[in-house]
Amino acid sequence: MVSYIVRRILWLIPVLFVVSIITFGLMHSVPGGPFDREKALRGSVIERLNEKYGLDKPIPEQYVNWVGGLIRLDLGPSYRYANRTVNDMIGEGLPRTIQLGLMAFALAILLGIPLGIIAALGHNRWPDYLATAISLVGIATPSFVLAILLVLVFSAGLDWFPNRGWKGPATWVLPTIALAGYQVAVIARYTRASMLEVTRRDYIRTAQSKGLPDRAVILRHMIRNALIPVVTVLGPILAFLITGSFIIEYFFGIPGAGRLFVQSIQGRDYAVIMAATVLYAAAIAIMNLVVDVLYGYIDPRIRYT
Amino acid sequence: MATQSQVIVGPTVARRRSEGLWWDAWGRLRRNRLAVIGLGLVILLLLAAIFGPTLAPWKYYIQDDAALAANNFLPLPPFKSMSHVLGTDPNGRDVLSMLLDGAQISMTVAFVVQLVVIVIGVPIGAAAGWFGGRTDNILMRLTDVIYAFPDLLFIILLSVSLYDTWFGHALNGVLLVFVAIGLTSWVTVARLVRGQFLSLKETEFVEAARAIGVPPARIIIRHLIPNSISPVIVAITLGIPAAVLAEATLAFIGVGVQPPRTSWGSMISLGYDQIRIYPWLTLLPGLLIATALMSFTFLGDGLRDALDPKLRGKQ
Repeated sequence: MVSYIVRRILWLIPVLFVVSIITFGLMHSVPGGPFDREKALRGSVIERLNEKYGLDKPIPEQYVNWVGGLIRLDLGPSYRYANRTVNDMIGEGLPRTIQLGLMAFALAILLGIPLGIIAALGHNRWPDYLATAISLVGIATPSFVLAILLVLVFSAGLDWFPNRGWKGPATWVLPTIALAGYQVAVIARYTRASMLEVTRRDYIRTAQSKGLPDRAVILRHMIRNALIPVVTVLGPILAFLITGSFIIEYFFGIPGAGRLFVQSIQGRDYAVIMAATVLYAAAIAIMNLVVDVLYGYIDPRIRYT
Repeated sequence: MATQSQVIVGPTVARRRSEGLWWDAWGRLRRNRLAVIGLGLVILLLLAAIFGPTLAPWKYYIQDDAALAANNFLPLPPFKSMSHVLGTDPNGRDVLSMLLDGAQISMTVAFVVQLVVIVIGVPIGAAAGWFGGRTDNILMRLTDVIYAFPDLLFIILLSVSLYDTWFGHALNGVLLVFVAIGLTSWVTVARLVRGQFLSLKETEFVEAARAIGVPPARIIIRHLIPNSISPVIVAITLGIPAAVLAEATLAFIGVGVQPPRTSWGSMISLGYDQIRIYPWLTLLPGLLIATALMSFTFLGDGLRDALDPKLRGKQ
C-alpha cells in the first residue's frame, strides 16, 4: 500500500513537468507579452520591464528560473499588478474557491445520495420517475445556464439573493447551487444504479429471509454496500468542483482563484498562469489518489500492489 | 466447432451478423422514449443549423435602428413586434436570427470536434492496442498527461495564446475553437479503441484470420475497427454535448467565436450584465444550450443501451 502511494506520487513529478513545459511553451510560442496590452507603453519602458522580470533572457533559462522558484515555493511576482506576488494572489483567491467547492460538494452529496436511494427504493414507480427526471435535467443543464435561471428567479424576480459578489452567506447561496446542480444529478444516477445492482445480491436475500425488518436491510446491508462505488466518483467530482468553478466565479463576480486564472490568461500574466495550471493539475491528481486509497480502505476486497 | 464454421463461411456470415446488430440496435433505440425525443430534437437542431441562417428573417449582423428608435432606443422584448418575434438586442439585432446563426456555430463545432477526435483518437488508440509493449506505454503516458490537464483550462489557454495569430482569426475564430476542443477530447476515444483492440486481438476469429495469412492492415480494417465501432459511436455522441458546452464556455469568457458572428455562449456573455433588465438576451440562448445538451445526452444514453444492452443502467 505504502509503495503504491509513493509510486503514484513519484509519477506525478514527470506529469507536472510535462504539463508545465507545455503551458510554458504555449505562452511563449506567440508574439505579445504581458506589457503590450491596453496602455501603449514606450519601447524603452517595455524593455526595462522585461529586464526587471527576467523576460529578456532566453526562454529555456526563464523556464529553469521558474522551476527553481517553484522548488522554493516562490511563484514569482505578478506581471500585471506591480508589487503583488503570485503567492499573495493565489493565497487570497484560493480559500474562496475551496470554500465554494466544498459547499457545493456537501450540497451535491446531501441531495444526490438521498435522491438516488429514493429512486432505487421506488424502482419503476413515481419516486423513481421523479428522481430520474430531476437528474436527467440536471445532467443536461450546464452550470452557467443554471446560474442564469437562478439569477432570473431568485435575484431579478424574487430579490432574495444578490447576483454578484462574495460578501457573506447570502451571496454564497446561488453560486453554490449553480455549481452543485450538475453533480447532484451525477451522484443521484450513480447511487440509483448501484442500489439497484445491490438489491439483486444474494446477501440481501439472506438478510430478508432471516426475517430482518426492511429498515435494517436497507440501512445496514443495501446502502452501505451501494455507496462503495459511489465513493469512486466523489473524488473526480470534488476535483471538478474545486478546479471547475471558474465559470461560476466569473459569472457571479467572485474574486476566487478560478476567476483570477481566467483574468490572468486574458492579461497574459505568465507567472499566474503557470502557477495555476500546475496547481490545478496537481490538485486533480492528488484528489484522485486520495480517493483510490480511500476506496481500498472502504472496500477491503481491493488490494493495491 | 463454431469458430471453424465461421472461418469457412467467412464474409457472408459476418456481413449478415453486422446488419443484424444495427437493425437490433435500432429496434431497441426506437422503444426508448427519451432517446427518440433526443433524436427528434437533434434532427430539429441540425435542420435549424443548416437552413436557419438562410431562412432567418434578418441577417444576424444587421442592426435595425428604425425598430430601436420606435421603441425609445430600448431593445425590443420578445413577442412585441411581428418583425422581431424574439425581440432585439441593444444594438437592434434580431435575436431569432442570432440564435439561428448560433445554432450553426454550435452544431458545426460539435461535429467537427468529433471529427478531430476520431482522426487523432482512433489511430493512437489502435496503435497502442495493436502493437502493445513500448508503443502502448509511450502513447498511454501521453494520454495520462493530457488527462492531467484540467481540460477547460487547457482549452482556454490554447485559445488565448493563439487568439491574436492568423490561425486564431481563421473562420472568425471557429477553426481555433475546433482545434482547441479537439486536442483535449480525443483521450477517451483513444482509450476505448485501445481497450477494444487489446481484447479483440486475442479472440479466436482474429487468430483464425491471422492463421490463414490475412495481412495485419486488413485484419485491422476488416475485423478490429468494425468490432470497436459501437463504443466509439456512443463516446462520440456523448462527446457532442461536451463540445457544445466547451464552445459556449469559451465564448462566454470572450475567447471563442469572434464578432460579428455570435454563438449562444457569446450572446450570454454580451447579455449577462443586463440580466435584470433584458432577461431574454441571456435566457433564450441559455435554454437553447440546455436543449442541445439534453437531446444529445438522451440520444447518446439511448445508443449506449441499444448497442450494448449489457451496460444498461450503468454509468
